[in-house]
Amino acid sequence: MTVPPPIAMLAELTHRCPLACPYCSNPQNLLGREAEMTTAEWADAFRQAAALGVLQLHLSGGEPAARPDLAELTAAAHACGLYTNLITSGIGLTPRRLDALQAAGLDHIQLSLQGNSAGLADWISGYKGGFDRKMKIAAEIKAREFPLTLNAVMHRHNLDDLERTIEMAVEMGARRLEVACVQFHGWASRNRAQLLPTRAQTEAAKRIVAEAEQRLRGVLAFDFVPPDYYADYPKACMGGWGMAGLNIAPDGTVLPCHAAQTIPHLNFDNVHSKPLAAIWYEGAAFNAFRGTDWLPQPCRSCDRRETDFGGCRCQALALTGDAGATDPVCRKSPRHQTVVELLETGGSNTETAFFYRSAAC
Amino acid sequence: MTLALAPTDRPFLPRGVRLAADKVRGGTVLLCPEKAIALDAIGEAILSRVDGSTSFGDIVAGLASAYDAPAEQIAGDVQRFLTGLRARMYLAVRP
Repeated sequence: MTVPPPIAMLAELTHRCPLACPYCSNPQNLLGREAEMTTAEWADAFRQAAALGVLQLHLSGGEPAARPDLAELTAAAHACGLYTNLITSGIGLTPRRLDALQAAGLDHIQLSLQGNSAGLADWISGYKGGFDRKMKIAAEIKAREFPLTLNAVMHRHNLDDLERTIEMAVEMGARRLEVACVQFHGWASRNRAQLLPTRAQTEAAKRIVAEAEQRLRGVLAFDFVPPDYYADYPKACMGGWGMAGLNIAPDGTVLPCHAAQTIPHLNFDNVHSKPLAAIWYEGAAFNAFRGTDWLPQPCRSCDRRETDFGGCRCQALALTGDAGATDPVCRKSPRHQTVVELLETGGSNTETAFFYRSAAC
Repeated sequence: MTLALAPTDRPFLPRGVRLAADKVRGGTVLLCPEKAIALDAIGEAILSRVDGSTSFGDIVAGLASAYDAPAEQIAGDVQRFLTGLRARMYLAVRP
């Protein structure tokens, strides 16, 4: 198999974040400030990534604005020709910092939205005052005409507000709205009963997005990530394991996806000890589930094997205990009943408290 | 709204969308928010003429002359390509 060079890299600059969203994609074992790579170490990783073929760099976290050197890191990435995208809650950004990011060559901002009112958003993020601060910075982003995507993370508690969320994206001057239904990894898996939308909500969301997409052609583009528990077939996670993208954790650990560390038998390399190119092409973790040779049945003889590559490895592990199994979201999976049962029991409207993301756990 | 370009419309790449040489794979890519599109020779020929001052009609005429092809056929191909980009907000238009 010929391994293509990666197209995109997610740089998790820090795990620190003032928000405590119960669906955070960071691992449950959060790294502290002392573990984070320095400005120079990140800049070197960016140079290696560009030389390896990466075109798109996502500056993420945690909250990347928690890094005081964010503009410097952006400038370093921009200098090696990378398209720079800042994935932020907006908290920690200021008009002055936006000006510095603009001067550093930042190409695009992806702003997250937890809910469309202060009451809802601050409850979900566990951060009082966060919504008002976000709306202030959204106005500053708009004033500077930054290319903007609004990333609305959707689940049972805010999916009914989708129409208002679409209006907000237009008001903010976003060119694109990502309607991202929560994926149940990491922190979200601990809050599944609270977050899982109903089938009726999922169907309504599909109708609303399809209608708005037509009505807002030329104004707002949509990307819709439906909750895959309700899908017939799994997603090709990361466009295929080790095929399109990679992820660097705050301490320099290089991962095939942000949840890969939940798979206990994998060994991950670190940019401190090996060149990024060697990690991508030869690293054991990247080769563990690459391509189609490793696929189990029924994937191996399925005509969708080059479409979804067996689905998500972390989800297979979380739901079946085997990272090498067919993603049980697939209707052809022998373990699909697990998902059916979760939808029957987990879809009931339980009113338990969120298990918020926190460093103390 | 219809996204089809009128002959006098002048298309341009908005901020956050740009052409770049792909040094590792070769060729030219269109870099967009959270997306990179590898261009074939036709896509590259079209976008190299998209500068915010050349009209859709002039882009078509230029391509028809450069490739010695009927303008009506070229117009259809260019319209499809640019409308697709416009629907994703990767292309904007000045009247």
